[in-house]
Amino acid sequence: MPNVIINDIKVEVPENVTVLEAIRLSGGYVPTLCHMKLDDIKIENNPASCRICMVEVAGRRNLAPACVTPIAEGMVIKTHSKKAVNARRTVLQLLLSNHPQDCLKCAKNGQCELQDLASELFITTNPYMGNKSTHKKDVSAAIIRDPSKCIMCRKCETMCNSFQTVGVLSAVDRAFDAVVKPTFDLPLEQTNCTFCGQCVAVCPTGALVAHTYIDEVWQEIDNPKKHVVVQTAPAVRVAIAEEFGYEPGTISTGKLVSALRALGFDKVFDTDFAADLTIMEEATEFLDRIKNGGYMPMLTSCCPGWVKFLEHQFPSLVEMPSSAKSPQQMFGAIAKSFYAEKNNIDPKDMTVVSIMPCIAKKYEAGRPEINSSDEYKDVDYVLTTRELARMIKEAGLNFDTLPEGQYDSPLGESTGAAVIFGRTGGVAEAALRTAYEWITGKNLEAVEFEAIRGYEGVRVAEVKVGERTVRVAVSHGLGNTRKLLEDIQAGKLQLHLIEVMACPGGCVGGGGQPFHHGNFDIIKKRTEALNRADRNMPIRKSHENPAIKALYEEYLGKPASEKAHHLLHTHYLEREWL
Amino acid sequence: MPIVKSVADLMKIKEQAKEKIQVRKTADSESKVVLKVAMGTCGIASGAKETFSALIEEIDKRKLNNIIVVQTGCMGYCHSEPTIEVIEPGKDSIIYGKMTKDRAGELIQKHIIDGELLQDSIIGKTHQVAK
Amino acid sequence: MGKYKQFILICGGTGCSSSGSGDIIDSFNKALEEKGLKDEVQIVRTGCFGFCEQGPIVKVLPDDTFYVKVTEKDVENIVNEHIIKGRRVQRLLYVEPSEKEKIEEYIKMPFYKKQIRVVLRNAGAINPENVEEYIANDGYSALAKALTEMSQDDVLKSISDSGLRGRGGGGFPTGMKWSFAKRAKGDKKYIICNADEGDPGAFMDRSVMEGDPHSVIEGMSIAAYAIGAQKGYVYIRAEYPLAVQRLRKALNDAREYGFLGENVMGTNFSFDIEVRLGAGAFVCGEETALIHSIEGKRGEPTSKPPFPANSGLWKKPTVINNVETLAQIPVILLKGADWFRKLGTEKSPGTKVFALAGAINNVGLVEVPMGITLREILYEIGGGIRNNKQFKAVQTGGPSGGCIPAKYLDTPIDFDNLIALGSMMGSGGMIVMDEDTCMVDVSKFYLEFTVDESCGKCTPCRIGNYRLHEVLERITSGRAVIEDLDKLEQLGNVIKDTALCGLGQTSPNPILSTINYFRDEYVAHIQDKKCPAGVCKNLIRYDINPAKCVGCTACARVCPVQAITGTVKKAHVIDQDKCIKCGACYATCRFGAISKI
Repeated sequence: MPNVIINDIKVEVPENVTVLEAIRLSGGYVPTLCHMKLDDIKIENNPASCRICMVEVAGRRNLAPACVTPIAEGMVIKTHSKKAVNARRTVLQLLLSNHPQDCLKCAKNGQCELQDLASELFITTNPYMGNKSTHKKDVSAAIIRDPSKCIMCRKCETMCNSFQTVGVLSAVDRAFDAVVKPTFDLPLEQTNCTFCGQCVAVCPTGALVAHTYIDEVWQEIDNPKKHVVVQTAPAVRVAIAEEFGYEPGTISTGKLVSALRALGFDKVFDTDFAADLTIMEEATEFLDRIKNGGYMPMLTSCCPGWVKFLEHQFPSLVEMPSSAKSPQQMFGAIAKSFYAEKNNIDPKDMTVVSIMPCIAKKYEAGRPEINSSDEYKDVDYVLTTRELARMIKEAGLNFDTLPEGQYDSPLGESTGAAVIFGRTGGVAEAALRTAYEWITGKNLEAVEFEAIRGYEGVRVAEVKVGERTVRVAVSHGLGNTRKLLEDIQAGKLQLHLIEVMACPGGCVGGGGQPFHHGNFDIIKKRTEALNRADRNMPIRKSHENPAIKALYEEYLGKPASEKAHHLLHTHYLEREWL
Repeated sequence: MPIVKSVADLMKIKEQAKEKIQVRKTADSESKVVLKVAMGTCGIASGAKETFSALIEEIDKRKLNNIIVVQTGCMGYCHSEPTIEVIEPGKDSIIYGKMTKDRAGELIQKHIIDGELLQDSIIGKTHQVAK
Repeated sequence: MGKYKQFILICGGTGCSSSGSGDIIDSFNKALEEKGLKDEVQIVRTGCFGFCEQGPIVKVLPDDTFYVKVTEKDVENIVNEHIIKGRRVQRLLYVEPSEKEKIEEYIKMPFYKKQIRVVLRNAGAINPENVEEYIANDGYSALAKALTEMSQDDVLKSISDSGLRGRGGGGFPTGMKWSFAKRAKGDKKYIICNADEGDPGAFMDRSVMEGDPHSVIEGMSIAAYAIGAQKGYVYIRAEYPLAVQRLRKALNDAREYGFLGENVMGTNFSFDIEVRLGAGAFVCGEETALIHSIEGKRGEPTSKPPFPANSGLWKKPTVINNVETLAQIPVILLKGADWFRKLGTEKSPGTKVFALAGAINNVGLVEVPMGITLREILYEIGGGIRNNKQFKAVQTGGPSGGCIPAKYLDTPIDFDNLIALGSMMGSGGMIVMDEDTCMVDVSKFYLEFTVDESCGKCTPCRIGNYRLHEVLERITSGRAVIEDLDKLEQLGNVIKDTALCGLGQTSPNPILSTINYFRDEYVAHIQDKKCPAGVCKNLIRYDINPAKCVGCTACARVCPVQAITGTVKKAHVIDQDKCIKCGACYATCRFGAISKI
């Protein structure tokens, strides 16, 4: 084990680590900007391009980038020598000199890593101001790109190319104007972008942000003529508290509900209700395909980023996903039909808002073929977890003292199967809990399917369902999904059911969640919280949800009925690979 | 099928090719011997071209490689054509007269190889040859 | 097919080709055909002779006559007078400027006298498109020796003992690099020849590729044998079409003759080479960027370690060598490491090819032993400063190097001495500057190049160099303050310390070295708003001296922006607001009435 001296302190470090790792292991600190390592999903962004983490190494003429310099026996390292600090400040001043100085109006104000660094290094002057590169903004329904704020950290490129294998973002041009953008600077809506939002999740500055709809939602709430209802996705309740200083993995469902009520929503419902509904429809479809030799395997379709990926990259497989809509969309359709009729509300006077961990949901709500009516959209506005936190702060609510609220009826009741929708493997587990009982007619005691839990990119398991063996696969990340699909196309795998989530860890790691800044443990803690919530629910199987049973009895008839089909099912398009 | 299948093949090609360009190489060497054959009208009329060819043949026959044959203009010794000036490094040059092609072999063997001057053919230098 | 009696060697390098040597060759062929001399006189199109200033060059052998500045019209003359009558055409001979003496034999020319042509041994002597001529000159004999008489370690030892250091700019010991790659584990290994030659004004590699491509092929093959590689790549810039063409021909011939492919010369060594073209990026001359370019990725450098010798092309052990380095390998193996060590200096053995350009008389390519002084190169070989101007500085190493002033002219050239002077050897570019050169303008010129060629990956090069340029722009337009000089030095040093690759790490060198040696010029620009050399347009002022002006109106007529007013026979005046400082009036005035200050 090599012995090194870091800031005059002798330390023994493991073999084959970088100077950065050694510094951290020894309790020291050096700031980084472009470095990102997510071991659990095997993603590393290490271009060593920002040149912030430069340290002084004795015997070396120039400074060394800590993130890529391998440790060697006897190395003498100084992280904050005058030379290193001066270089670090100069490099940061250079970055700031080619960056818009509009922090006060920027969507990332208060959450920007560049801003944080400028504050940490106490940059009060900048002798290197000069011309700036100019680039045009790209505004899509879900993501807004502002390349003038790009610092060439390449994190988005790594997520888009290496993790998602979508390949829309890459470094373009050279010299002063080099930035990361789509080829030919096309707007995202004209590319293969799936709007998964992982680029937004990792971008350290305001170069890639979600398109926010806070002002529009305030307007709806303030409009006395509008009946505004809100739904909350499972992954939101285990993450929103982070925006108020709480530990990751804090379950704050009650506070979430009362906050929404206090903001002025007419009804606070739960997407989890619609998740149970999704299971009813999907499990029915699954059984139908098994019995009648339908298309196998069946793919889940609640992740819009994944759906768009399939449409562009594997258009020949558009028959494979379930035709069931996602919970968000099913909710909107039911809210503006069943709920509206029951309460004598004209759906055209209703506004459905959803709080999502996801950026692609903003895109999904705008898909023309997804709506159940020509006269209105099922879901009008999608806000991310981060946007909701801003609204709560804007309203002056004190998160700490918010009371524990309850969801409204009838679209607020849900099960444990629904809440785990928020993590990878959750949808498959929920589907199995119902499919098992429907196929065997027996009660399922062991509702937790360990074999498909975890963070491996692709997990395959065989589940004994009575006489049958159901082969299930779960993947998270589109790159992992691509491998799975290619194996299936090559005939290497025979599967019945596949669950796909585009984001690392599933929706808990979505592009709309509080920023993890490269710490995957945060995502893991949220996952564990969802599992805890599942265990704490009295009912853990979707088909046992009494509100769901009532919905079918009163309104839909049975799963896959004509009404159910009209409201709760959709179709997919064969898109070009651009 | 590759043309060179072994090192031996390579060496054979090298020998053949070397002969072809040897003359170019020798010209760059500072220690070369130069045989200047006067190729003015009078020289040509007396058979200097044939002498030139014969000299080259003799040199090749003996596989000498530090000697070149050069043609120049009339050296002015029209009465004794064909004339050859032999320039060896470090020595005064010698001019031979009446060197028809049958004398080429003698010049190479006696003067160049054996180092013996062809006394009866030497022409005294009466003037500096204008370049 | 009789024996050839005479040989006419015509330079087919890019320089002479663009001056019409192709037409000269055609004319010779026609003339010889007409006179029935085709079987007696051989026309050979060779590679670059190096004496580019005097091209097109025609050399007649065996009587060793060196004709310069030959045109198509001269061909008839040469054939009639020299070939047929044996009389040299005097007016086409080279005239040595100081002695005004006509020199016929090229080995007597000062340009060539001190040169020792090892890398350029065949350039100008053989037809690069004829593999047998290469073979005649010991071509492929070194490869034969390596494959049949030497083990891999023998070859490595020979190259290591020779002390050969990379000629691409880095100066890394070649033997050491090869040894690392041989030791590295990998099921596949690669040899790459870096023929990207991006330095502006450098054309050493081009001349070797055009004039002696087989030497590179042989060098690569020997390297491949030594380290255990099966595949090689030549990464050559697309802006060298003639070199690409000659290289491809040479590769085809090498395959035909069995020097490339399976079982070379009957041994169990198999090796082949593929050509890859660059796409106009200077940064792709950096070895990791070059590797990524071959891999089909964006041509951006990546951090070292890992070094290519351990993890290079497709993460396999890879040796990348410069053209000039590879061209010497066959000679070292044949003549031995001791022979090589006798040339040059102890720390920098061997020779180096320099491209002499700028304000020097003998512009061209020279190969000299390391340890020769700058003075010898510039004055004895280079023929001194053009137009009898005063020497000011010599820039070595391209955009990565620095400027060396007169007081260091007696420095023996080698890798370490040049670095000690604040410059570097680089690939061998040597730009000579005279009294009319503005050193601030020079550093701005080089920086413009590196700013444009920066790949944009790392912050200090992408943004820092651009900022340095903004400061230089202010200085040369008279809008700077004295603090800007410190800013240049401080920022320049931070860029040197923090940039990711050699491009960024060395791009401040021209600025830093000119500030070091010519600080007063910078101060003059900043404080006096004057350009002492009279180059920076915004700082020059043209004025008409009314006492000397006779009113001939010549200047007014030639001014492109009508900035000069005045009536005939009366003193004229330049409107400074309109003046664009083109200097046309200054050049036109026959009365010395216009001053440039």
